[in-house]
Amino acid sequence: MSEHIVYPRVYITIFLVLMASTGLTVVSAFRDFPGPLNAVVALTIAVVKATFVVLYFMHVRYSPRLIWLVIAAALFWLAIMFALTISDYSTRSWLPIT
Amino acid sequence: MFFGGMFLAYTLYRYKYPVAFAAASNHLDIRLGGINTVVLIFSSFTMAMAVYSTQLGKRRNSIIFLVLTIVLGLTFLGIKAVEYHDKYRDNLIPGQLIPGRPFNPEVAKPGDPDPHKLHVPLGVPIGNVQMFYWIYFAMTGMHALHMIIGVGLLTVITIMAVRKRFGPEYHAPVEISGLYWHFVDIVWIFLFPLLYLLGRHLEGHMG
Repeated sequence: MSEHIVYPRVYITIFLVLMASTGLTVVSAFRDFPGPLNAVVALTIAVVKATFVVLYFMHVRYSPRLIWLVIAAALFWLAIMFALTISDYSTRSWLPIT
Repeated sequence: MFFGGMFLAYTLYRYKYPVAFAAASNHLDIRLGGINTVVLIFSSFTMAMAVYSTQLGKRRNSIIFLVLTIVLGLTFLGIKAVEYHDKYRDNLIPGQLIPGRPFNPEVAKPGDPDPHKLHVPLGVPIGNVQMFYWIYFAMTGMHALHMIIGVGLLTVITIMAVRKRFGPEYHAPVEISGLYWHFVDIVWIFLFPLLYLLGRHLEGHMG
């Protein structure tokens, strides 16, 4: 465990940012953006919120490089799982036979 | 990442049945879901404050924040139970999970504003709508199970804190429970927009 102490001022700031972005995601969900942009906006806000939680509430920002490596590895495997599965499902209809 | 598999299943079926998913998603209670998001983020904040108080050796504050986190966690679960009951009332529990109450929602006719009925555009198979509810219950159910485990964990940590087991030199259990709690919060940060918000901008186009 890192000995770095994060002060309440930081926690309160992060909390307020998370509240504001929750409001933003609800408001933006009711607006009709062109194409798939609604999903893009919602997911971008969710990723930003999750990043704030990971960096500050979970103290990763003040953690050694090993912790960063573990997180990067987890995200990398998740990306492989999504990329390979979706490339399969989204191209099945390209073949004439079923 | 265990939840990753379910997020993948969600992605694939949403890609396959976009209209049915938007219609089913719009039937969820956005107010209760939104309140729960606020409750859970606030509980993550109190959890972070509990870790901070323990690090400084402020035992009283750390117990107060731990209890507050538990209360907020239980509030989340209570609101989730209300939502599940609403789905039960509207016969939206998928398959035969509840014996004698199969998935059998009342579909609204065009122009009928009754919110208890399902508003699905013509030609969308009800089975595709049911798929959304399978995924909804699997994901929120698994998330709620993690919440229940988290509340149990924090109860033990609180009892240990009351017994003066933690201080500035030794607080790893508090910090690790905090990491778990924040992780459950992160899962919900993704679940809320994906399950509750994704079809709202299409609401005007639904039957």
